[in-house]
Amino acid sequence: MSGFAVILRRELALSWAGGGGPLLALGFFVAITSLMPLALGADAARLAEAAPGLAWLVLALASLISLERLFERDYEDGALDLIALGPAPLELAAFAKALAQWVTTQAPLALAAPVILAALGAPWRLAPVTIAAGLVGGLGFAFLGGVGAALALGSRRGGVLIALIVLPLFTPPVIFGAGAIEAFAAGLDWRTPLLLLSAYGLAAAALCPFAMAAAARNALS
Amino acid sequence: MFDFDAGKYGPYVWPAYAITALVIAALVLDSLMRARRWRRAAEAAANDGAGAS
Amino acid sequence: MMIPALANPERFMAFSRWAAPLFGAIAVVLLAAGLVLDFRAPPDYQQGYAVHIMFIHVPAAWMSLFIYACLGGASLLSLVFRHALAQAAARAAAPLGAAVTLLALITGSLWGKPTWGAWWVWGDPRLTSVLVLFLFYLAYLALDASIEDDARAAPATSILALVGLINLPIVHFSVTWWRSLHQGSSVFRAGGPAMPATYLAPLLVMGLAYMAGFGALWLVRIRGEVWRRRALARAVRRAG
Repeated sequence: MSGFAVILRRELALSWAGGGGPLLALGFFVAITSLMPLALGADAARLAEAAPGLAWLVLALASLISLERLFERDYEDGALDLIALGPAPLELAAFAKALAQWVTTQAPLALAAPVILAALGAPWRLAPVTIAAGLVGGLGFAFLGGVGAALALGSRRGGVLIALIVLPLFTPPVIFGAGAIEAFAAGLDWRTPLLLLSAYGLAAAALCPFAMAAAARNALS
Repeated sequence: MFDFDAGKYGPYVWPAYAITALVIAALVLDSLMRARRWRRAAEAAANDGAGAS
Repeated sequence: MMIPALANPERFMAFSRWAAPLFGAIAVVLLAAGLVLDFRAPPDYQQGYAVHIMFIHVPAAWMSLFIYACLGGASLLSLVFRHALAQAAARAAAPLGAAVTLLALITGSLWGKPTWGAWWVWGDPRLTSVLVLFLFYLAYLALDASIEDDARAAPATSILALVGLINLPIVHFSVTWWRSLHQGSSVFRAGGPAMPATYLAPLLVMGLAYMAGFGALWLVRIRGEVWRRRALARAVRRAG
């Protein structure tokens, strides 16, 4: 267990350092949300109605930020080779990387989301379900994103390629997450979509590391 | 025997068939030309190899 | 089954040499028969003449899924057995699948406008699933194009194909679930409760025609892949 803790700590440090961490994704999140009323018109009622879905979509998009770097640094400086050859399975390192991504990018986004929603005119009572959705949905976004990052390793147009790979895969968590928040807002059944979102996030966390490791091994070969 | 009177649906039905025909034709041509091109390249490479050695 | 026998490239080439033109001929015959049945079918009570679009839309939609399943199957074989022919099959299927999915979307849109009154209906699970499927194909093609080395491209694209294949039913489920909340416009379900024989016959024949056509083109493209690899391998040997 302590071996994993070491790996995780390293990934957290990597994730946070070098101008990454939550600031980039949060900045993107805030910037796009600021543009939203300008694009949609200042009609308060309309904005408030669309706010949950829009904020969730932007959260998903913000997850793409800094995905490229997930494997890239280790790949370029040879650390990934060492990790692959090392005692710990590559799958574990992949899991740690995606988990670190979740901690440093998804979790801050989830916590910031209610603020954005409120800025768009949605009620504060949406905050708990939004944070919950952001946290479990974020697992899906982080781990699927990790698969995209591993597959695109070594290619030049990494960022765009990752987006193309990952965005269609985001469809279920986007639907379930937005559905949960909107259902809560409308007083309908929000537990089902939230459960589905959690199931998806946990399944992603369990399965994606295998795909990530296989892809990383392939890139190293 | 055949009903070709599309009436008001014409602007939808005929373009649908036209695009389908176009895409299918393009796929057939592309597949055949591609296969032929690589076949020639493979045979040329074989001949070159035989000639060189 | 037949697959192990075909796994040998020489045997595959020998097989496809007669199989591809045969499937092609079958496709042409079925297409002709299908079109005859198609345009002898009367207009639908509800959709009018637009029902004729169904005969080229539904087979395209069916093929878009079927080809993706083939892509997934070939990718699995490629990943597990590291078999070059399996990878060639996967790679060959992708453009065919993407094209037919695009056809499904376009014909679906042209079908939807006169029948449902909208070019696109976000509420329809199948339309949205097909759109996401199209994006899966695009992602596959983009990844394949981005990796020049064949040996490296094979596992990467295969992993992506499998990830997509696993996600596809989940996507469909999620859109279906979403639609159950938003009632939206009534969606015409192909055929409704029971499709009359005058519609079922052309639909099935066209479906088979598309299948045979896919068989023919897939074999042709795999042959092209085999030759491509031979050409590249020989060029490398010459240089070395």
